[in-house]
Amino acid sequence: MTTANEHPVVPPGLDSVSVVLAGSGGAGVMTAGNMLLEAAAHAGYYALMTRSSGPQIRGGEAAALIRIATRPVECMEDRFHVLAAVDWENVQRFDAEIPLGPSSLVLGDPDQGEPPAAFLRSGPRRAALPLKRIARSIPDARPNMVLLGALASLVGLPEASVGHAVGKSLGKRPASLGPSLAAVAAGRAAAADIQARHGLAPPPARAGARWLVTGNEAAGYGAIKGGVRFVAAYPITPATELLEWMAPALAEVGGTLVQAEDELASINMTIGGSYGGVPALTATSGPGLSLMIEALGLAVAAEVPLVVVDVMRVGPSTGIPTKSEQGDLNIAVHGLHGDAPHLVLAPNSVADCLRTTQWAVQLAEALQAPAIVLSDQFLGQARSVVDRPADTPALAGRDVAATAVPGYRRYALTDSGVSPMAIPGSAGNAYTADGLEHNERGNPSSQATDHVAQLDKRLRKLESFDYGDAWADLEGDATADAVVVTFGSCTGPVREALERAKADGLRARLVSLRLLSPLPASRLEAALAGAQRILVVEQNHSGQLHRHLRAECDLPGHVTSLRRAGALQFQPGEIHRHLIDWSRA
Amino acid sequence: MNETAVALAPAGYKSEVKPVWCPGCGDFGVVNALSKAFAKLALRPEDIAVVSGIGCSSRIPAYMSSYGFHGVHGRALAAGTGLKIARPDLTVVVTGGDGDGYSIGGNHFLHACRRNVDMTYVVMDNRVYGMTKGQPSPTTEPDWDSKLSPDGTGLREFQPMVIALASGANFVARGFTGDPNGLAEILVEAMRHPGFSFVEVLSPCVTFRPEQKEWKKLVQEDAFTPTADAKEAAGRLMHDTGFDLGVLYAGGRAPYAPRGPRAERPVEELERRFVL
Repeated sequence: MTTANEHPVVPPGLDSVSVVLAGSGGAGVMTAGNMLLEAAAHAGYYALMTRSSGPQIRGGEAAALIRIATRPVECMEDRFHVLAAVDWENVQRFDAEIPLGPSSLVLGDPDQGEPPAAFLRSGPRRAALPLKRIARSIPDARPNMVLLGALASLVGLPEASVGHAVGKSLGKRPASLGPSLAAVAAGRAAAADIQARHGLAPPPARAGARWLVTGNEAAGYGAIKGGVRFVAAYPITPATELLEWMAPALAEVGGTLVQAEDELASINMTIGGSYGGVPALTATSGPGLSLMIEALGLAVAAEVPLVVVDVMRVGPSTGIPTKSEQGDLNIAVHGLHGDAPHLVLAPNSVADCLRTTQWAVQLAEALQAPAIVLSDQFLGQARSVVDRPADTPALAGRDVAATAVPGYRRYALTDSGVSPMAIPGSAGNAYTADGLEHNERGNPSSQATDHVAQLDKRLRKLESFDYGDAWADLEGDATADAVVVTFGSCTGPVREALERAKADGLRARLVSLRLLSPLPASRLEAALAGAQRILVVEQNHSGQLHRHLRAECDLPGHVTSLRRAGALQFQPGEIHRHLIDWSRA
Repeated sequence: MNETAVALAPAGYKSEVKPVWCPGCGDFGVVNALSKAFAKLALRPEDIAVVSGIGCSSRIPAYMSSYGFHGVHGRALAAGTGLKIARPDLTVVVTGGDGDGYSIGGNHFLHACRRNVDMTYVVMDNRVYGMTKGQPSPTTEPDWDSKLSPDGTGLREFQPMVIALASGANFVARGFTGDPNGLAEILVEAMRHPGFSFVEVLSPCVTFRPEQKEWKKLVQEDAFTPTADAKEAAGRLMHDTGFDLGVLYAGGRAPYAPRGPRAERPVEELERRFVL
C-alpha cells in the first residue's frame, strides 16, 4: 500500500494544472476550492481561481475553477485537467465554462449518479470515489473535504500545505478541524489508486513576497494608495466586493465610506467629497455607470477630480450580472453629452488593478478631471496568487490654491490647462463650482468666448499632460511586423497565446492599453510603427476598441478584429489559433 | 458649526454676481435671510458651502460670498451629503426649489431626512417650475392650468413637511420670504440644530404664479409651537393651513456619524490582508 505522501508524479510534472470543484448548493465546493487555492499558495505555486454559480441568491449549484502553475497566470487554460464533483445536481449548467478533453479526468461519487453527458462528450477518463460514504465513516466529516484531499493528491500538492490551508480556514471553528483533516487524509488515501494523475512540476523558488488577492481588492487598495479617503457606495454585482473591501480598510486609514441611496447619489456624493478636497471614488457596473453619466459631465465641467471603477459585466441593461464582458468602452469614452474630456483607463491583470486604479486616482487629482477605470467581472472577482506588485511613483497631487490669492480665478486659463483649485475653508478664494458654463472666476456665462476658452482649457490639460510609459504595456519583439493590440482581461489570454505562437516561430509585439482615453495616439503610432499586420482583440460584440483605435489614430498595415461577446472569457488557444491562421494569411 | 468672532455685516455674505431672477422674486428674500443668518452666527464665509441643483432658486450659490456648488438637477442633497461627510468642519447649506427637491430629487430628500447628516436644507417652494417657464411641480395645486398639463395635473400636492417628519428629519420648519427677519431666525435655529434640518420656504413666483403675491395675507407667523415630540408635530401638521410659519419640530436624534472602529494607521499596513 502506498502512503499518502508517495503518490507517483509523472516526471517532469506539469507547469500548469487546472481543476474544477463542483456540486450543488451547500456541498461546500467554494470552501474546498478556497482551501485548494490556499494550499497551492502555501506550497509555493501561483494560482488563479474563479467561481461560477447558478442564479439562486443563496446556495444553488456552484463551481470553483482553479488553475495552479509554476509561474504567474492571468487566465484559465483551454481545458481543465480534472473536473471533480461532490454531486452532479445542475452541474451541467457549467458545461460551457468547463471544457474538457480526452486526457481530462472526471471524478465523481458513484452514489450520486452518473456525470452529465455534456462532460463526457470529449471522452475524458473517469474515476469514482465514494465521497459520501468515506465522509460518513469519519464523525462530523463532510464529502467536500474528502474531495479536497483527493484532488490535492491528484495534482501533487503536499499534505502539509493542504493541512495549513484547512487550519487557516477553520481557525475559528476548531471543532471542525480534526474531522476535516481526517476527511482530507481519507480522500488522499482513496485517490492513491487513481491512475489519471496530473501532477505539478516542483514550485519555483520564491523571489519575493506574494499576495493572494482579487482584482476588486487590489483596486480598492490601489485607490487608497492613490490617496482616496472618501467613497460613496451603492451595491451592484460584480463591484460590491470592491466597496465592501474598502469600507473597513478606509476606516483604518482615516477615510470614510457612506452607503448611498442609489448611483445618482453615490456619484454626486463622490463629487461633493472631492469638491471638499478629499480624493474620492465610487465603484459600480454598467447599469450604475449609465446612471452616473450626467454627473460625470458635471465633474468635467466643474473640474472635480474623482474615480469611478466600472467592474464591467455583460450588458446591455441588466444583462448577465455575474459574467464578464468588455462592452462598456463606448459609454465610458463617449457616453457624456457635450464635449467632455475625461480619463478612461483599464487594468490588464488582477495585480494590475492596484497599479491602474492608483494611477487613475493620481491622474484624476493631477488633472482635476473624472477618471473611469474599466475593470471587469473576471479581473474583479478572480482570486489569484501574484507577486507583490511593484510600488509605482507618486505623481504631483491636486494643484491646490494658496490661501487668499489676489483676484483668485478658479478656472484661470493656464498654459497647462490645470488651474489651482481652492478648497472650502481656504480664506479669500471662495468660488462656486458650476456645471453651468462659466468664466475664469467661475461665474456663470453664456458667452461663446467663455465656452470655447473653457472647452479648450479642459481638453488642453488632458492632451498636454505627459502620461509617461504607463499608457500601455509593450511586450514582445519590438521589430516584429505583427502586433496584437488589446486591453483589460483579454491581455492574459493574449499573452499566453503569444507565448505559444512564439514557440511556433511567430514573432509579434503586444500592446496592452492601460490609458484608453485620451488615447495617446502619437505613442501608439510609434508602438505600431512598421507593423504589417495588427490584430485587435477584445471581448465585446461590436468591436468597440477596434472602432476607437480607428477613430483616434492611423493604424498601419492590415488590421483584423478578433472580438467575441462576453459571458465566456477568451481562451489562449482560440487566440493562438487565430494568430497562426492570421500569420499564414 | 464654525461660529467665530469675525464681525461681518450681512452684505459681506453676498457676492458681486447679479441674480438672474425676475424683479419681485421671493428668492431674493432667501439671499437676504441667509446673509443675516450667517452674520448672526458670525460664520466665516470660507467655512460655509452653499450647495444646489438646478432651477431658479438653485442659482443661489453664485450670489453668496461663501463657497458654492451648483450641480445637476435634483442631486444637491447628494452633493451636500458627500461634502459634509468628507468635510465635517464645514457648514453646509443645501438649497433648491420644489421641482428640484421633491420631483427629480425626491428619493434623495427621503434619504437625506433619514440619514440625518448635520446640514440644513432650504427649499424655496413656489409651486411651479420657473426656469422652464411655468410647469406644475409636485407642490402645485391639482387644477392649476398650464401648457404642459392643461386643466391641471389632477394630482394632490406633495406634503414636504409631512414627508420630512415621517422620514426622520431632525428639524422641520417653515418660513416666508416676505418676512426675511423671521426667516433668518428660523435659518439660524436650523443651522444650529444638530442633524438634518429642513426649512420649507414659501417663495412666491411673481411671473408664473402672480396670485402668490397674496401669500403675504395668508401666512400665519409663529403659528407652530416647536416641539421635540414627533407625534405632537405630526398631529399639528394634520391641521396645517400650508401657510403656518415657524419651527414645527426640533428633534433629539443623533446626527449621522461613521460607525465602527476608526484609526489613522499607515496605508501599507493594509497589505497584510494579502500577504501569503
